[in-house]
Parts: sequence; C-alpha cells; structure tokens
Amino acid sequence: MPKNDTGERDELRALVEAARDGSRPAFDELVRRTYVDTYTLAVRLTGNEEDARDVVQEAYLRAWKGLGRFRGDAQFTTWMYRITANASFSHVQRRKRYRVSTLEGVDEPIEIRVEARPEEAAESAADMAELTEALEQLPPKLRQIVVLKDVYGLPHDAIAEELDISVAAAKVRLHRGRKRLRDLLYEGEGSDERNAHAV
Amino acid sequence: MQCEEIALLLPAAVDGAAPVAAPVQRHVESCLRCQAEVARYRRMLRGLQLLRTQFVAPAPGLLTQTLSAIGEASEQRAIRSILTGRRLAYAGAVGGAIAAATATAAAVAVHRTRRRTSLAH
Repeated sequence: MPKNDTGERDELRALVEAARDGSRPAFDELVRRTYVDTYTLAVRLTGNEEDARDVVQEAYLRAWKGLGRFRGDAQFTTWMYRITANASFSHVQRRKRYRVSTLEGVDEPIEIRVEARPEEAAESAADMAELTEALEQLPPKLRQIVVLKDVYGLPHDAIAEELDISVAAAKVRLHRGRKRLRDLLYEGEGSDERNAHAV
Repeated sequence: MQCEEIALLLPAAVDGAAPVAAPVQRHVESCLRCQAEVARYRRMLRGLQLLRTQFVAPAPGLLTQTLSAIGEASEQRAIRSILTGRRLAYAGAVGGAIAAATATAAAVAVHRTRRRTSLAH
C-alpha cells in the first residue's frame, strides 16, 4: 500500500529511474507498490471489479512501454492515475458496457443527518459507505470527473487530456457531477427549505 | 438574490475554484439555508478527499497476472527487436550483394569496351 512520506517517494523515484534504464525487477517492484492504489482508482472509474482488473493490466503495460516518456517532474503515482484514467476510458469505450445507473435501483432514499457543526464532524464509516454507494450511482461520465478531480486531485487540463474532452467540458461535467452527488446524498434536504423560503 | 440561484452556483464555487460575486457572498453570509447548503457540499468534498485514503482490496492473483502480462509483452518486444535486427542484417547483406554484382558488371563492361577499342586500332 502506498505511503505518502518523502522516503517512499524517493524510493519510487529510484525505482522509476532503474526501470527507465530497462530494469524489469525495478518495474515489477513499482507495480507491487502501487497496484492496489491503481486498482482502487480503476474500480471507482469503471464501477466494477472485472473491468478494473483489465484496466490495471492495460495501464501497467502502457506504463512499461511508455516509461521513457515519463518526465519525472510529476510523481509516478500521479502519472499512473492519468494512464489508468485513459485506459479506463478506452476500455469502456471498447466494451460499451457501461452500467447506466438510475435512482430506481436504490431501495431506500439515502439520508445523511446534517450535523449541527458539520465542518467539525468526523465522517463515520457509515457516511463513507453511503458516499461510495452514491458515487457508484452517478452516470459514468460524471463519476469519472468527480473521482479524478475530487478524490485524486488531478487538474482539469490533465483530466480533459486523458478523457479526450475539452477543459470546459470537464468543468461542466464536474459541476453536474457534484450537483447530482449532492442530490443523491442529501435527497430532500434543502429543497423543502428553499421552497418554504420562496413562499 | 434567491436561494435557488445560489444553489446553482455552489457546485463550482464551493472549493474556491470559481470566483464568487460579492452579492452571492453577502447573501450566503446572511442566509442560514444557503449556509447549510454550503456545509453539505463541503462535507461531501471532504468525504471524497477521504476516499483517497481508502483502498479496495484486489482479488487474489491480480498482481501475478499483471506481472506475467508485462513479462509476455517484454518477451514479445525482445523477439520483435531480434527479428527487426535480423531483417536489417538480411537486407544489408542482399543490398551489398546487389551492389557488388552491379560493380562487377560495370567493370566487365568497361573492360570489354576498352578491348574492342584497342582491337579496332
């Protein structure tokens, strides 16, 4: 599992350098250290584990072949996020097997209690499970953007490049994705308040 | 400004990426409903950021499969590289032979021409 400390980053950088010089063992070690992270992203992007496994293999194959083009000014993990996003996009385009989710599939409305001081409240495991579930309910195109931007922190231009869309389209999708996610998480909350306020 | 209008702006503005106009700022500061809505978005974004630290355990065998796929790709690349090298060597040899044959033919032709010329004299 990847750590975020400087030592780990330095080790990854050394492994990347060795792998760029053609060392297979170094690249294998890079895979060992990062594949859980890559797989997690792939699951979140594709929405299912079977596709995610294919995406992970494809992503590392692309990384191995394209390692010479990795400039090294970014972190290897960030580079892998971009490759995984692109591989996921290509994979889903090829298979056309996107699961189109609707709210009809939800058994019960998702409710999250608004804390008196939500900014100070720690997210519980239940909240996180509900968030994950709501994320899976998003249409794939919106989910991709929300995951890449709000979970993994990729910039708009990188997302746009890997998903083959314009930066403006990426921003619009993020806006829609956040709004849809908010509606899924806090269904009913706020709208009644606004209606009452309007009256 | 109505709360509905503010609500439409929040998804882009809640992380500070989009600038917020002064009237919007003033409204939110004085409106508890909009403040609650901002709090919901902030909580959602905080939860999304926390997801970054949560991992999905892959099915057993993924690592092995991935490494062996890379191994196969490497072997194929190595084989292609060898074949490409052999093709180049073969093409070089054929090209050399053709060049040598052409040079020999030219030399013979020149020699015959000179011989005919000297016999005529």
